Amino acid sequence: MPRTITLVTPLTDQDVEALEIGDTVLVNGVIYTARDAAHKRLVDLLAAGQPLPVDLRGQIMFYVGPSPARPGRVIGAAGPTTSYRMDPYAPQLLALGLKAMIGKGKRAPEVIAAMQTYKAVYLGAIGGAGALISQAIQEAEIVAYEDLGPEAIRRLVVENLPTIVINDCRGNDLYELGMQQYAQD
Amino acid sequence: MREIDVKDITAAVKEAAIAANHELGEDLLHALAHGQATEESPTGREVFRLLLENARIARENRIPICQDCGLAVVFVDLGQDVHLVGGHLNDAIQAGVRQGYEEGYLRKSLCHPLTRKNTGDNTPAVIYTTIVPGDRVKLTVVPKGGGSENMSRVHMLRPAAGLAGIKAKVVETVREAGANPCPPIIVGVGIGGTFEQAALLAKKALLREVGSKNPDPELAALEEEFLTLVNKTGIGPAGLGGRLTALAVHINMMPCHIASLPVAVNIQCHASRHKEVIL
Repeated sequence: MPRTITLVTPLTDQDVEALEIGDTVLVNGVIYTARDAAHKRLVDLLAAGQPLPVDLRGQIMFYVGPSPARPGRVIGAAGPTTSYRMDPYAPQLLALGLKAMIGKGKRAPEVIAAMQTYKAVYLGAIGGAGALISQAIQEAEIVAYEDLGPEAIRRLVVENLPTIVINDCRGNDLYELGMQQYAQD
Repeated sequence: MREIDVKDITAAVKEAAIAANHELGEDLLHALAHGQATEESPTGREVFRLLLENARIARENRIPICQDCGLAVVFVDLGQDVHLVGGHLNDAIQAGVRQGYEEGYLRKSLCHPLTRKNTGDNTPAVIYTTIVPGDRVKLTVVPKGGGSENMSRVHMLRPAAGLAGIKAKVVETVREAGANPCPPIIVGVGIGGTFEQAALLAKKALLREVGSKNPDPELAALEEEFLTLVNKTGIGPAGLGGRLTALAVHINMMPCHIASLPVAVNIQCHASRHKEVIL
């Protein structure tokens, strides 16, 4: 049966192990944003043996490039971007202790394998619901790569950000399962 | 001959870019409400409910429908009896996009393809101008998101592939896209023409009102058949499984070379944003 689970960051291995595909997860606390260009910089730093601008242990990374905040607002629209573009980078970040990723769309087999190895989950947010999702974001500040504009790394404080478990830490895949359930081929 | 000052074009493009990013068309709202009422999957129905809620929040609170405010594609139907004054048409359109994305708090999503450096103002827009009869100018601003555009394909089939080959490619393109392009999607199909013309036919097909019938009865029948096939994939709303992977399939067709059978599939996310202005 689908469950609704409230999680507060940072996450532990036990938090991750308790999650199953199809669970609704309401994310609370600090999370970080990063998409294509920021991921490339992070991985380039790792290759050069340099420290990262954020400690990813126990953290959640949200694949999003928000639209600008209107005056007096925290943030603009902030829905997930397509995750496969981060697949070349994700296993290295999972190895550092990243516990969850929020995005949309299927992940590569090597990312799903890395989630099993390092105990992490992939959470889906509803693509194209950026106005709705932005309502869960209470604070936003740029913590690295301001020059990347929408692609800068932001530290967000979220309250009950709605997501659903797409890949758990046991290799299961909700997209595959959901599609099989309704396919009529 | 009617004179139109290009500053009116700049103003119209600016307003259209802002409006398109905050207000979904009635046709689409109707399609989403219909989806909420008819989708078999409970999760899918919930996705439709949330998308309608998203559209309401965007409209009322002036937050873009999606953070990906798109690459601005602008279609211009320029009446041949119009004399544009005060500057160049393309410059005026680019200025409208620049102002709309800045003043409307829209995300600037364009970058140099190799260095990936953001251009900073969401220009250059992609502009298609057609000379048409009359003394009016029709501008259609289409903020096209990257997620669904990435899942679009052009296939240069052998003529022997025929209709069966076309169907297979349309379904394959949708299936491979899966959850990536933000289903429920709209599928624009361009059949015939040349390599680039097929893609343009497919993109223009996305502009047709969702729920409208193709005026060509042959294509109308094909659209229904393709929609049924696409919706058998089971991908469903948000890719979480369901019957409604696509809200509509729209087809444009034109003759092609005797050696060719070009088929383009342009995928559009559920946030199908476009705003038309006539001057």
